[in-house]
Amino acid sequence: MDMMLLEIGLGHYLTLAAILFTLGIFGIFLNRKNVIIILMCIELMLLAVNINFVAFSAHMGDMVGQVFALFVLTVAAAEAAIGLAILVVLFRTRGSIAVEDISTMKG
Amino acid sequence: MIAAIAFYLFAFITVISAVMVISARNPVHSVLFLILAFFNASGLFVLLGAEFIAMILVIVYVGAVAVLFLFVVMMLDISFADLRKGAMQYLPVGIFAGGVLLAELIFVFTAWTFSSDYKDNIAVPAVPDAELTNTEALGRILYTDYIFAFQTSGLILLVAMIGAIVLTHRRRAGVRKQSVSVQQARTRAESMSIEKVTPKTGI
Repeated sequence: MDMMLLEIGLGHYLTLAAILFTLGIFGIFLNRKNVIIILMCIELMLLAVNINFVAFSAHMGDMVGQVFALFVLTVAAAEAAIGLAILVVLFRTRGSIAVEDISTMKG
Repeated sequence: MIAAIAFYLFAFITVISAVMVISARNPVHSVLFLILAFFNASGLFVLLGAEFIAMILVIVYVGAVAVLFLFVVMMLDISFADLRKGAMQYLPVGIFAGGVLLAELIFVFTAWTFSSDYKDNIAVPAVPDAELTNTEALGRILYTDYIFAFQTSGLILLVAMIGAIVLTHRRRAGVRKQSVSVQQARTRAESMSIEKVTPKTGI
């Protein structure tokens, strides 16, 4: 047991990523009304995916995992920029960012 | 031993700050804890030997994305207390969904093993650090085997930038701005005239 705790292997990183991903999902449920926190939860889930990619890359000795982690990072940055821009426009037109106020899709 | 201590330290702080991100009352605190989570995750990447990804995580996430979140949170004048009202009614379903997901992930991770011939399927084998640094090795495959994907990710960023500008840019009424095309299109005939001025009468 002591050896298993002290020898950091792939399983440790996968467990950490699983916990982070679950926390992201849980956060979306917990903050259902607040779009900003939901966006942050998506960032947390993408971070968990990145940890999985890099952990597998390091464990298998394959560089491609890190390349894909880089692509995930790019898409996450683009997603955050677009999401926050939409949020700003929404706040200008509606004066609120509550999720249930967005149910009518009119300009 | 040191590596194990470092892993547990980074992992523990990452998880704690992730919990604080989703449970903090003030969204500014949420963003700051998100920054802490990303810092510690980049520490984990350094432990894994992926130094370039770790540094990019600090630069891109902490330097750009998190600061963007911070700007938006502080710029929008929202009563966040109202947004938290009734959040607790979703707690059971959230715990249920999260618990199911975590249980499934644990089942997958415990029941799963590498196939015996996975070493044959490695696309680009990592070279030892002494021969090539992590950044150099990453650059060698990023600019050769994955050049089209790399260019496409650049295009995605360009589209995101243009999209964000188009979405948030607005034309304010009543602001006088220089319009170069209108200035250039003026002709002498429409902007000048010669008047005959008789003395002592004016025009």
